[in-house]
Amino acid sequence: MKMVMMFMVMMMVSESSMIDQTCKETPDFNLCVSLLNSDPRGSSADTSGLALILVDKIKVLATKTLHEINGLYKKRPELKQALGECSRRYKTILNADVPEAIEAISKGVPKFGEDGVIDAGVEASVCEEGFKGKSPLTSLTKSMQKISNVTRAIVRMLL
Amino acid sequence: MASTESLLPLTSQQDPLSRSDLNSETRRRRPIKLHLAVYSGFLLIALYVTLIVTHDGSRVKNDETTTESRAYLAGVSEKRVSNDRENEAFPWNNTILSWQRTAFHFQPEKNWMNDPNGPLYYKGWYHFFYQYNPNAAVWGDIVWGHAVSKDLIHWLYLPFALVPDQWYDANGVWTGSATFLDDGSIVMLYTGSTDKFVQVQNLAYPEDLSDPLLLKWTKYPGNPVLVPPPGIGEKDFRDPTTAWKTSAGKWRITIGSKVNKTGISLIYDTTDFKTYEKHDTWLHQVPNTGMWECVDFYPVSKTKTKGLDTSVNGRDVKHIVKASMDDTRIDHYAIGTYYDSNATWVPDNPAIDVGVSTGLRYDYGKYYASKTFYDQNKGRRILWGWIGESDSEAADVQKGWSSVQGIPRTVVLDTKTKKTLVQWPIKEIESLRLTSKKFHMKVEPGTVVPVEVGPAAQLDIEAEFTIKKSDVDIIFGDDSVDTDKEFSCETSGGSTVRGALGPFGFSVLADQSLSEQTPVYFYVTKGKDSKLSGKDSKLSTFFCTDTSRSTKANDVVKPVYGSFVPVLKGEKLTMRIIIDHSIVEAFGQGGRTCISSRVYPTNAIYGATKLYLFNNAIDATVTASFKVWQMNSAFIHPFSADDLGVPSRT
Repeated sequence: MKMVMMFMVMMMVSESSMIDQTCKETPDFNLCVSLLNSDPRGSSADTSGLALILVDKIKVLATKTLHEINGLYKKRPELKQALGECSRRYKTILNADVPEAIEAISKGVPKFGEDGVIDAGVEASVCEEGFKGKSPLTSLTKSMQKISNVTRAIVRMLL
Repeated sequence: MASTESLLPLTSQQDPLSRSDLNSETRRRRPIKLHLAVYSGFLLIALYVTLIVTHDGSRVKNDETTTESRAYLAGVSEKRVSNDRENEAFPWNNTILSWQRTAFHFQPEKNWMNDPNGPLYYKGWYHFFYQYNPNAAVWGDIVWGHAVSKDLIHWLYLPFALVPDQWYDANGVWTGSATFLDDGSIVMLYTGSTDKFVQVQNLAYPEDLSDPLLLKWTKYPGNPVLVPPPGIGEKDFRDPTTAWKTSAGKWRITIGSKVNKTGISLIYDTTDFKTYEKHDTWLHQVPNTGMWECVDFYPVSKTKTKGLDTSVNGRDVKHIVKASMDDTRIDHYAIGTYYDSNATWVPDNPAIDVGVSTGLRYDYGKYYASKTFYDQNKGRRILWGWIGESDSEAADVQKGWSSVQGIPRTVVLDTKTKKTLVQWPIKEIESLRLTSKKFHMKVEPGTVVPVEVGPAAQLDIEAEFTIKKSDVDIIFGDDSVDTDKEFSCETSGGSTVRGALGPFGFSVLADQSLSEQTPVYFYVTKGKDSKLSGKDSKLSTFFCTDTSRSTKANDVVKPVYGSFVPVLKGEKLTMRIIIDHSIVEAFGQGGRTCISSRVYPTNAIYGATKLYLFNNAIDATVTASFKVWQMNSAFIHPFSADDLGVPSRT
């Protein structure tokens, strides 16, 4: 019985360590660990599973940002043009980058997953620059860039 | 695309902001995959200790990693926003995007394309198959697209040849190659991604060999014919080659894979393409090159400039091993000797083995997943290569397509140096040449001259350059002119950094004010001996394409591409440039060094596209003799009955 208990403890340690071990190789250890630990699938996922969780986080963040953009249309009509471009860019993340990344990571051709993941960061940056320094979305942009960088590092481990 | 430095567009070298940006996303060590197999209490305890130690050290380790080295990531073809503050977030519109579509390169009517597959010539038609996503302008849902042509230029789209409809290819009909059997029939081996995402090799063949269009393909009911062998990852087993004959009369194929970080090519022998004997040894392997995709293996003649059928071997033959490096997305090849008896291949020069960063490349720009075939119609070996996009996926989605294939190239060993291959656009491309203009111009140091050719978005340019001899002599006599110690197209600042003897060449896809331009140029330095140049050579010559100012848009990757190019004693400097809207293919010294690049101008489009000749050298006067042809469209379109028997539509 004692052995079984110990085994369980061991497993939990090893699980959290899989996340730690993986996140150590990304540019943002803390963000990586917090995102992966917040997901119930994280504790049992392999490397591609972890990458898929993070792609899911990209999707959630893009959806949230798109809602924010839609809300801003009314509040900040003077930003209409930049918001329109942002809306298009975030739709690309949701409709092209994320499905491409999920399919590529699942099917074992991670380099195409890398394309989608990097592009999510690119689209967010382009959106941000459209405001010429007066972006109401800066913190969301930064989050997307960070998740994109972390996810990319993990996707590359699959190559 | 992408060499190690391609992440660094010119702009970022001048901009400290992007430096820090680079640091945050460049090299990181690849992770140690930790497989925790727990067998016993003893192990558990040992593990416990290890894990705690690892865990405690993790953050410190992380910091170390970031500063440690700039690893693999830098080499990857990637989409990113440049940090040039002059460049704005660019609102792509349909007028600008429509211009980007090519006129005489192979691309599908819409959506995503990647690797060339199973090219072959049969009953008067060249066949081309390609990885294709019918549903989107990004990768996914892969089927085999199919097209035919009488001349490798005027293509006709046919219905898909292979689609995922079996458990063994349910997740994708991936890359494969064709082999002609002795009776003239055809077998196609391709990789399927199974319902469980395992990569397996499958056999398919034409349903009706009397149909020159090879419209219908049958999948062998006994598929898969090969599954990942023990010790090979189930997702590391793809892209079978064309088969060649062994001296014992069997067929032999190779398939790329990896073991840990060593790129390898597995070897199988077969008589019927249904059952295979695996060799315990590999055709070749190179440590630290990662997964090998799309391996290609073929003979080249040491003495003749004609192509060889894949099974040819003998004293006058060298063998090429090419692999596409999954880690860096670079196609690397090496020249060596193949031993039939033990199915191994040995590189001539181990220092430039397949996949090492200093090794040879078909193309120093964007060019991947390439594949050759032997054209029995004209006795030549022809190279196909996938040239993807360098823009954002939002732009790809908006324009509705992504990727082109390079103009097919004949490939032979350089019989003069025997140290590189020589690639040249197939002769047939010249059938698209319309009007031409000849020029002979002397360009003084520091000058840019417009070349009046009319519209400049579809051009073929052949040029010859000579540097005034007295200028060269003065430089050699002047010790104050330093040897450029380590010139590199990619890191030495692009076409605006001036040296004694270069850069000089053409600025293509430029607008009137040169606010956008893509220089293709030579840069000559006081030479160190190179492993590729003649030992007597006093000069080292580099051939480069600088895309860093090719567009005002910032959501585009804009590297400086290029490499050393061997120039033999008595040779003039020559270049050929084929321009077709968003693609520029450049061939230095008759095809010893090739550079393909994708560019996306915003001003230099339609009638505003110009051509310039420039000489940015400080000391040298350069004379350029060149000819520029307007190029016709290839009018690539879906096949219809009208096309039967009509060689081309021009």
